[in-house]
Amino acid sequence: MLMNLFKFKGGVKPPTNKTQSVTLPIAQAPLPSRLVVPLHQSIGGMPQPVVQAGDKVLKGQLIGKADGWISAAVHAPTSGTVLEVAMHVQPHPSGLDALCVVIEPDGKDEWIAHGPLDYAAMTPEAVREHLQQSGVVGLGGAVFPTHGKLTASKTIPMEELVINGAECEPFITCDDLLMRERAEEVVRGIGIFRDLLLPKKVLIGIEDNKPEAAAAMRAAVQALGETFVVVQVPTLYPAGGAKQLIRVLTGKEVPASKRSTDLGVQCFNVATAYTAWRAIAHGEPVVSRLVTVTGNVHAPRNYEVLIGTPMGELLKLAQPHPDTDGIIMGGPMMGFLVPDRQVPVVKATNCLIAHDDRLFPPKAPEMPCIRCGACARACPHELQPFEMYWFSRAKNFGKTQEYNIFDCIECGCCSFVCPSRIPLVQYFRFAKSEIWAREREKNASDQAKTRFEFKQLREEREKADKAEKLAKAAAAQAAKKAAEAAAAAAESSAAPVADTASAPTVTTSTDAPSATTMEATAGPRAAPENDVKRATIEAAMARAKAQREAAQPKNTENLTPEQQKAAADIEARRVSAHLIEPEPVAPAPASEKPE
Amino acid sequence: MFAPAPFLLKDVSVSQVMIQVCVALIPGIAAYASLVGPAILVQLVIATLAALVAEAIMLKVRGKPLALFLTDGSAIVTAWLIALTFPPLAPWWLIVTGTLFAVIVAKHLYGGLGQNPFNPAMVAFAVCIVAFPALMSQWPSVGLQLGLVEQMNIILGWAPRVDALSGATPLDAMKTALKLGEGSFDVTTLLANQDIYGNFAGRGWEWVAAGYLLGGLWLWQRKLITWHVPLAFITSMTVLSGALWLYNPSQFASPLFHLLSGGAMLGAFFIATDPVSGCTTPRGKLIFGAGCGLLAYIIRVFGGYPDGVAFAVLLMNLSAPLIDLLTQPPIFGMKEKP
Repeated sequence: MLMNLFKFKGGVKPPTNKTQSVTLPIAQAPLPSRLVVPLHQSIGGMPQPVVQAGDKVLKGQLIGKADGWISAAVHAPTSGTVLEVAMHVQPHPSGLDALCVVIEPDGKDEWIAHGPLDYAAMTPEAVREHLQQSGVVGLGGAVFPTHGKLTASKTIPMEELVINGAECEPFITCDDLLMRERAEEVVRGIGIFRDLLLPKKVLIGIEDNKPEAAAAMRAAVQALGETFVVVQVPTLYPAGGAKQLIRVLTGKEVPASKRSTDLGVQCFNVATAYTAWRAIAHGEPVVSRLVTVTGNVHAPRNYEVLIGTPMGELLKLAQPHPDTDGIIMGGPMMGFLVPDRQVPVVKATNCLIAHDDRLFPPKAPEMPCIRCGACARACPHELQPFEMYWFSRAKNFGKTQEYNIFDCIECGCCSFVCPSRIPLVQYFRFAKSEIWAREREKNASDQAKTRFEFKQLREEREKADKAEKLAKAAAAQAAKKAAEAAAAAAESSAAPVADTASAPTVTTSTDAPSATTMEATAGPRAAPENDVKRATIEAAMARAKAQREAAQPKNTENLTPEQQKAAADIEARRVSAHLIEPEPVAPAPASEKPE
Repeated sequence: MFAPAPFLLKDVSVSQVMIQVCVALIPGIAAYASLVGPAILVQLVIATLAALVAEAIMLKVRGKPLALFLTDGSAIVTAWLIALTFPPLAPWWLIVTGTLFAVIVAKHLYGGLGQNPFNPAMVAFAVCIVAFPALMSQWPSVGLQLGLVEQMNIILGWAPRVDALSGATPLDAMKTALKLGEGSFDVTTLLANQDIYGNFAGRGWEWVAAGYLLGGLWLWQRKLITWHVPLAFITSMTVLSGALWLYNPSQFASPLFHLLSGGAMLGAFFIATDPVSGCTTPRGKLIFGAGCGLLAYIIRVFGGYPDGVAFAVLLMNLSAPLIDLLTQPPIFGMKEKP
């Protein structure tokens, strides 16, 4: 079938170095002496351990439960005994530790009870759920939980499903071998994705330096009667980047600000499709993966490797040359040197490259940027790396964002072509992590500020409520009192009720005297009226005093010294915890405590 | 052991880039040498030595690694461009002054390699033509044949600066003739003077220009420069000179004359394409190149200087950051729908 292919700008052509590791078929790596299975092997929530030291586990048994929707379960790669659930160094450039389940294999490799699922009867939700429980994640390297990508947008029709078999990174051949040897299962797995997303077309992109894989995939598609199109795309790094492959096959460009489903397209790696099929058709969770072992070794080859296998043990199978001085996980363009030879193989491990100075000569010293623009011409996202470099270097992170630093996929094309040997990608990672750190800090301080402002608001509101209630209570009291006084003086005086009612406001705690009070004090009045008023006020004050005395807290009167001390302690704790404002230990006047 | 990805790097370096620029200049230099004799080679050597000494001193002063930066070749490119734009029989101290100013002031005082806002060679030219206008306008008369020793003596000041040296470039000669003649000369009769003007643009000079064109095309083929700046430079100069030529061919020379005279070809392929001081975006490069071509023509035809390329490039250097800012290309996924 003839297809119109699109081009992406930029890209580079590093020597592919793939032929070394494709001569031999996939081999099963032997059971290692110990498996260290990290619990956090996917993007999203960190799975919670459900086993503890001493537990016997079977192959495929759940050891880490998915935490939240974007998270994937983790399983025991073989049968044996859990030695510990502890922190171990991770295959990550940081060299940081993370929680791992360490298993000592019993050598029997005994499976937990499992079997095929009745796929035809499963609802889409059940399929997604099962993939999550089986630990199916993107095996291209990003390890995003696959079930999370298997829901089509409600508003945008799914047009193309892109299957990524491009494998553009030099040295890596595990997808190539998988397609050559297990094409049928890959295609069946693609069928599951198709059923869930219902795209109009399914396009399988394979770089044209893998004709055997393309032929095997075409044969499998035909044998299974599918309508998937196998497309050979030009070999140009990074054609296997999801966004680049989508561009090449569909012409669509997915910016950093959008999800591919917003453009009606979704992309999965071929190995992911394979594990999805194993999970549904055999009930097997992801406990192993294909890993290319190559580089400075005597016998480069692809191995089916249990997750958790120490990289050093795996590398030994390929007989590394004695001058090997490190292990690169991933390809030479985007991979990294692992911090320790004993770090485990994880779901993201597609390749191990034995590093030495002959294959990867030490870099020449960094020179100043001469703005030659080679990086901009090589950038597949059409960014201006040298501009981002200036601003990253100057720590002017706002400017790096203006130059779209978050659209950078860190493919390394810019560093590859730079005549000044500037590790551009490093600068961009630095800038991105600084921006993230600052945003986290800012969010934290914003939250604290919001909390503080809310607390202030609440306290002010409480104060105002209190004052209002107090004013009301006092006014009511005074009115009652005035009415009594007025009734008592009714025979001799004809004092206006309105005046006497408003007069007692003087005794309330409100600061601003009311207009009537002003009138009452300033206005010329008859002497008998004033006398009556003074009497009324005095009576009201006396009454209030009596009431205040009567309203002294009664429950603190007959306390034992122990009880008083306990109360004081509680008060002190509350003050120190900033739960309440410090108050004088002596009880406040009762009149301020509304009953 | 720490080394960030990518572990594979293309076999390129700054010195490789600079060496290739020098190699690309060789056809032009060869044509030049066959036209005026070995003097130009002497000047190249003087400029190179001066540039390397100045570079070494400044690197030392600035505390930079000497071996790494002295071998990057950037000072040599600057030196060669200076030697190729100065009169070939200029006294040695003139070219040394220009080179020192270029390397010390225009390059290192602005932060060294990659940091200079102006093209150092053009700064040198501008400084010297303003400070020493007479010496900078003394070109060997056409047909002047002097041996290496005589040329050396003139350059080193051991021999009097003979009258034969008071020549001008064809470009300058034409402008002066047109101005002095007050209409009594026209371009056609001037060009008929084959002694000065040769077939197209000055006897022999068109071959030098052709040499630069050849080297420039090689740079483009090697992907060290893109087509934008040279094409925009040549097009804008052709359009403007062509329009005026069609309007009044007796007062304005043809586009071919202008493209093959003075520093047009050297400017279009080797000077305006300097990445450090020029524009970097594709559209920015087009604007930059076109601006250089237009300004060079206006200055050389209507201005007071024999050629306008240096000032045109410096003026555009000034505008380059703004042009770049305004011509940022849309990125992947953010283009308007066609």
